[in-house]
Amino acid sequence: MNLTLHVWRQKGPQDKGKLETYQAKDVSPDESFLEMLDEVNDHLIKSGKDPIAFDHDCREGICGMCSQVINGRPHGQQELTTVCQLHMRQFKDGDEIFIEPWRARAFPIIKDLIVDRSALDAVMQAGGYASCHTGGVADANDLLIGKPVADYAMDAAECIGCGACVAACPNSSAMLFTSAKVAQLAVLPQGKPEARRRVQAMTKAILDEGFGNCTNHYECEAACPKGISVKFIAKLNREYIKSMVPSSAE
Amino acid sequence: MILDGKAPTGPIETSWDRHRFDMKLVNPANKRKFKILVVGTGLAGGAAAATLGELGYNVEAFCYQDSPRRAHSIAAQGGINAAKNYPSDGDSIYRLFYDTVKGGDFRAREADVWRLAQVSNNIIDQCVAQGVPFARDYAGYLDNRSFGGAQVSRTFYARGQTGQQLLLGAYSALSRQIKNKTVKMFARREMLDLVVVDGVAKGITCRNLITGEIESYWGDAVILATGGFVNVFYLSTNAMGCSATAIWKATKKGAYMANPCYTQIHPTCIPQHGDKQSKLTLMSESLRNDGRVWVPKRAEDCGKHPNQIAEEDRDYYLERKYPSFGNLAPRDIASRAAKEQCDDGRGVGDTKRGVYLDFQAAIDRVGQPLIQQRYGNLFDMYEKITDENGYERPMRIYPAPHYSMGGLWVDYHCMSNIPGLFVLGEANFSVHGANRLGASALMQGLADGYFVIPYTIAQYMASITPGQIKEDHPEFKKSAEEVKGQIDKMLSIKGKKTVGELHRELGSVMWEDVGMARSDASLKHALQRIPEIRDEFWNNVNVTGTAGELNQQLENAGRLADFLEFAEMMTKDALHREESCGGHFRTEHQTEDGEAMRDDENFCYAAAWEFKGVDNEPELHKEPLKFENVKLAVRSYK
Repeated sequence: MNLTLHVWRQKGPQDKGKLETYQAKDVSPDESFLEMLDEVNDHLIKSGKDPIAFDHDCREGICGMCSQVINGRPHGQQELTTVCQLHMRQFKDGDEIFIEPWRARAFPIIKDLIVDRSALDAVMQAGGYASCHTGGVADANDLLIGKPVADYAMDAAECIGCGACVAACPNSSAMLFTSAKVAQLAVLPQGKPEARRRVQAMTKAILDEGFGNCTNHYECEAACPKGISVKFIAKLNREYIKSMVPSSAE
Repeated sequence: MILDGKAPTGPIETSWDRHRFDMKLVNPANKRKFKILVVGTGLAGGAAAATLGELGYNVEAFCYQDSPRRAHSIAAQGGINAAKNYPSDGDSIYRLFYDTVKGGDFRAREADVWRLAQVSNNIIDQCVAQGVPFARDYAGYLDNRSFGGAQVSRTFYARGQTGQQLLLGAYSALSRQIKNKTVKMFARREMLDLVVVDGVAKGITCRNLITGEIESYWGDAVILATGGFVNVFYLSTNAMGCSATAIWKATKKGAYMANPCYTQIHPTCIPQHGDKQSKLTLMSESLRNDGRVWVPKRAEDCGKHPNQIAEEDRDYYLERKYPSFGNLAPRDIASRAAKEQCDDGRGVGDTKRGVYLDFQAAIDRVGQPLIQQRYGNLFDMYEKITDENGYERPMRIYPAPHYSMGGLWVDYHCMSNIPGLFVLGEANFSVHGANRLGASALMQGLADGYFVIPYTIAQYMASITPGQIKEDHPEFKKSAEEVKGQIDKMLSIKGKKTVGELHRELGSVMWEDVGMARSDASLKHALQRIPEIRDEFWNNVNVTGTAGELNQQLENAGRLADFLEFAEMMTKDALHREESCGGHFRTEHQTEDGEAMRDDENFCYAAAWEFKGVDNEPELHKEPLKFENVKLAVRSYK
């Protein structure tokens, strides 16, 4: 099939940036979206032009590196799919496709479709961990965790940190991302001792990093390639309120 | 030269404990005077950086991705082994040790494997303490499953995303140290040279992938945990950015490259579909717990819909050939068996390079919901890529390059032959021998990072004075100039071919000639073709853009330039090893029924190659391997 691509090109953070149009010819339905772009880039290089810069790595839908807004939706139209796992059979001959970078104040554009997502790392560094030392921990079966709890934690832990939730949110909120980690660690016995401190520190960090607030649009859940549920945002809110109530230990 | 792995002697059961006591310690107040550079922040590097930071060393960590959470360890799906014997099915540290030595076809160092098996139990405890949500049963205990090459259930898992969860555990530990300022993280940096002063590793030269700046970093020790090199085949299961660059630069500075010919070809990948494909996707080996592998008995049935092929017309060849391990035969065995069936004209799918992985029997036995629960995400992934429903018709799979068993030579302390240069995880050669069993890569990465290097690096640190050589030393300037020179050279060629095209050319030579089966003739053919492609690269590549900006073509070109040199050493290693062994199958050396034929009399050693310049023969150094606890025997899974 043949496609017309409108791709956001921007040389650097200070550059103004604009959509440019390219043709993708003889695209096979079995190709992935990124393989289609590889082909386009090969043609651009051969005609002496600068190839499109885009982030990608594992191409298995798990590393969270790929990040493109395709026809207005982060990772494109197909549900529960990262760009690298989006296949061209989702498009048809003659389609026009708009490709843009993640848009959020906390994610400045580096070049073309590549943005800086280190703000998400900063949120994790604020408290997205259980503070255990290496070695000297108890046997793994010493603390029992029922299957429903383990499953709940795993549902939350599946977040790949791609930032599609932020890109999809009208407020550029990182609430879904943050809530997934808060919820995972809040339900596990290993994460509980620090739960109060964690939720306070992480919610402060999302504001410090320039993310917006959550106003329940649920666009994050719709865009999430891993199906992370907004129920974790509710959990984060509960954990936050809980953390405001003085505990008897303090 | 005969190399000494410095493994402890005496009873293997106490070897690590005794050695740990004998090693020197660094007092806590002195630790903060030392600076350690960690390159690569996957399981091995992330765990090492976090643990060393926690111990009080100053750590600087580097990765080429935008965040350490994206290291390719994240894509490992199936699970991690440990000798906990929770299911009470006969497992023990000794059995894990035994299976790993045997699985590696007797080409690993016994003491290293023992240590791995011993600390495997600590890893599970550590990860659970970090909040890794391993699968649990209803009573709250950890759940296990089995993997290729083992007859016990010792694999711990977190759905089909075990690698992801373990990496996120290490990343969270690392995040904690970054916050505590014991680790300074440098993302989007690529190591392009090792700085060696008077024969000792003292730092690295990096390119800042955003600004293009060439940066120098000094350290009292350098740890490379940069993963594997199988992208030398172009199509592989590795992430696009995985390269040999860091370990190859170290090789060019004098580190020995050990056993580069041992590449694991993973049996359960989704078959290639066209010539524009950029990578291959792995389906977890855990699928073989419930999936039965077969091809039609008759070549004329291969075009039929699989559900129309009667039971008696199917050849469940793994169950037929290896009745005791069946579909759980180790990876090298299962991969070769798949290739044999396809070579015999009984492959399935458009390309005839595929075999069926069939879940019908398991669905009939336990029901689709349970299969969905166990492997649902893998079925979804399969459908996205192939447009076929794995519940309704058998999946198609084919082997693909997956994991490097070879890597930089290291002694028992994970130190290379260059003092101060340590190598962890897939980047070293140590524990896998000629083949890696399932669920053992995650185990090695974390063992090295959490539980080995923190002890062994102290022995080295206790012997040196901290901070003696810093970035102002002339070697740093020299290294930076060399790196800039190579970049300028690549940018100035302005030829006709893209980096991608040349990488595909190299890949097809490596797959055809140095892939699943190699012969004297194919290897010699590769040795003729590799320098030709290398010449074409240096005369006819077109690298766009400039050095002082984010330039992905330049990054890829640098990685390919290193693959083009590394590939030659890999092929020479395969040519010299006149035996078949694990992932290295020489067609001249096989038994009558097509099994690998090892030659212990002449090849029971690790081959460590010293680089002598691009157009010169590398020099072979040998580390003889002794098997005192697991008797050298023909590996049989029948």
